[in-house]
Amino acid sequence: MTDQKSPTSAPAAGSTDDAAQVAEFEARIAQGESIEPKDWMPERYRKQLTRMMSQHAHSEIVGMLPEGNWITRAPSLRRKMVLLAKVQDEAGHGLYIYCGTETLGIGREELVDQLLTGKAKYSSIFNYPTLTWADIGVIGWFVDGAAIVNQTMLAKASFGPYARAMVRICKEENFHKKQGYESVATLANGTPEQRAMVQDAVNRWWWPSLMMFGPSDKDSPNSAELIRWRVKRDTNDTLRQRFVDLTVPQARAVNLTLPDPDLRYNEETEHWDFGEIDWTEFHEVISGNGPCNRERLAARRKAHDDGAWVREAAQAYAAKRDAVTAA
Amino acid sequence: MTTGKREAGDGKRDKVGSSVDGWVAGARPATATSGTAENPFFEYLLRLADDRLVLGHRLSEWCGHAPILEEDIALANIALDLIGQASLLLKLAGEIEGKGRSEDTLAYFRDAIEFRNAQLVELPNGDFAVTIVRQFLFDAWDVLVLERLTAASNQSLAGIAAKALKEAKYHLRHTAEWVRMLGDGTAESHARAQRALDDLWPYTAELFLRDAIDAEAVASGSGVDVESLRPRWRQTVDQVIGEATLTVPKDGFAPRGGRAGRHTEHLGRMLADMQSLARAHPGAAW
Repeated sequence: MTDQKSPTSAPAAGSTDDAAQVAEFEARIAQGESIEPKDWMPERYRKQLTRMMSQHAHSEIVGMLPEGNWITRAPSLRRKMVLLAKVQDEAGHGLYIYCGTETLGIGREELVDQLLTGKAKYSSIFNYPTLTWADIGVIGWFVDGAAIVNQTMLAKASFGPYARAMVRICKEENFHKKQGYESVATLANGTPEQRAMVQDAVNRWWWPSLMMFGPSDKDSPNSAELIRWRVKRDTNDTLRQRFVDLTVPQARAVNLTLPDPDLRYNEETEHWDFGEIDWTEFHEVISGNGPCNRERLAARRKAHDDGAWVREAAQAYAAKRDAVTAA
Repeated sequence: MTTGKREAGDGKRDKVGSSVDGWVAGARPATATSGTAENPFFEYLLRLADDRLVLGHRLSEWCGHAPILEEDIALANIALDLIGQASLLLKLAGEIEGKGRSEDTLAYFRDAIEFRNAQLVELPNGDFAVTIVRQFLFDAWDVLVLERLTAASNQSLAGIAAKALKEAKYHLRHTAEWVRMLGDGTAESHARAQRALDDLWPYTAELFLRDAIDAEAVASGSGVDVESLRPRWRQTVDQVIGEATLTVPKDGFAPRGGRAGRHTEHLGRMLADMQSLARAHPGAAW
C-alpha cells in the first residue's frame, strides 16, 4: 500500500497548490512523518481532514441523544452511572475533536453551525431509535466496536492532532465496548423477556452497524486519496470485514444470532462471509430519511437555541471581567 | 415514642434522652409511610441519600441538551457524583435497616411517599438558570452538611461524607461561578437568574428544618443540626448573590414535607420515568 504508484499524485483539478510543495508533502507522508497544523498541506488534504474530523465530532455529539434517551430509565444505579459516564465521555470526545479541527483553521461555532444547518454530516447510525434498554448494551458492543475498528486505524493517521485524539479516544471506546458487551451478556443470560429484548436489539442494530463503515470500496470516492495521504490505511470493506470477523464469535459466545442467513465461515479466505447490505436504506438514511434524522437535528437545534442566552451571558460576563482587569 | 433499635453511631448511644425531646419540642414527624420512624438512623440516611439521588437524576436529564458542550460535561459530572453518593448512602441505609434491601431496591422500589428528599431537589429543571441556581443553593448547604458529617461517629457515613465533601466543594465553585455569570451577564440572564432565585428561595427553608430524626442522629454523633447551619449558608449565598448583582428574596412562603414523604406532584412523575424499567422486570438482574 505504501508504494502505490498513483497517477493521481498531481494536485487535484482546480487546486492552486504548487506541484513541488505537494511532492514534498507526499514524500514526508511516504516516510511516515506526522503532519502538524503549522506544516504546509495541500488544500485538498486540509479539506478532507476538516470534513472527517468535524463529521467525527458531530457524530459524538449527536450520538449522545440515542443513548441519552435511556439515562433516566436505566434499571440500576450502577447502569445509570455507567451510561451517564459513557455519554459524558462522548461529549468529551466531541469537544476534543472540535479542538483538533480548530487547528485546521475553522472554529467550533462554524462547525456547529454546519451541523445544525444540515450542511455537515454525522454518522448515520445515530439516526436509528433506541427502543429498549437492550439497545444501550448493543450500541456499546456494535457501534463502539465498529468505531474502535475504524479509530484504531485512524490513530495512525498522518495528521498529528487527529491521530493523537484517536489514541486517547480509542482507550475510552474500548472501555465502552466492554461495558456494552457485558450488559448484553447479562441480558442474554437473564429472564426470557430480557433475552428477547436483547435479541431484538441485535436484529435491529446489526445492519446499520455494518453501514457505519461507509459505502463499499467500489462506490467510495474518497478512499484512494485518503489512503495515499495516509489519513486512512484500510478501505471501508476491509474494515467492515474486520468488524464482522471480530463480532461473530462474540455473538456466538452469548448465544445470540446475527440477522443474516448468508453469514458463514469461509475456510479459504478465513473470514466470515456475509450478505449484501441494503444500500438503498444506507443512502436513504444518509440523505436525511432515516427514522430519527429530523428528531436528532431538532433536538440539537433546540439545545442550541435554548442555550443562546446562556452563551451570551457567559460572553458578556467575560467581557466585563476583561474590562475590569484592563482598567 | 421511640421504641426502635438505635443503630446510629455504631450503637454508641442507646437511648434518646429527654433533652433531645425537649430540643425538638415534640416535633416528631408523622411520616407518610411509617407514622413514626422505627429506625431513625435509617430514616436519616434516606434523607441524605434521596436528596442526592433525586437531584442527580434531575441533572442527568440535561445530558445531551445543555447550552454548551462544556456544561453537558460538567452537569453530567455533578450528576455522577450525586448518584454515586446516593448509591453509597442507600447501601448503608439498607444495611442499617437490616431487611435485606439493596441500594437498587431502595432506589427503584419505593414510591414517592417513601422518598425523604427535600422538595427543592425534585422540582423540574426549568431553564438553565433554575437548574444552576437550585444547584448552587443546594451545594452551599451540602458543603456545610458534609463538613459536619465527616466527623460522624458512624465510620461508614464519615467515609462517604469525606469523599462527597471534596466533590461538593467543586460543585459549589462551579455553580457559584455560573450564578455570577448569569446574574452579571446580560439583562436577560439577570432576569432569568433572579426569577429562578425568587421561585426557588421558598424551598430552601426545608433544608434547615430539624425534627426528631435529625435530633436523634445528632445525639448519636452521626447527624447534623441543620438549623445551626443557616447563618453560614446565608453568608455564602448572600455573598455570591451580591457579586452576581442579584437580590436575596425575602423569607416567607416555606413549603415543607419532603422529609416526611409529602412531596410535590413532580416527584411521582420523575419516579415513574426512573423506575419504569426496573419495575417492569421485578427480580431481573441488570
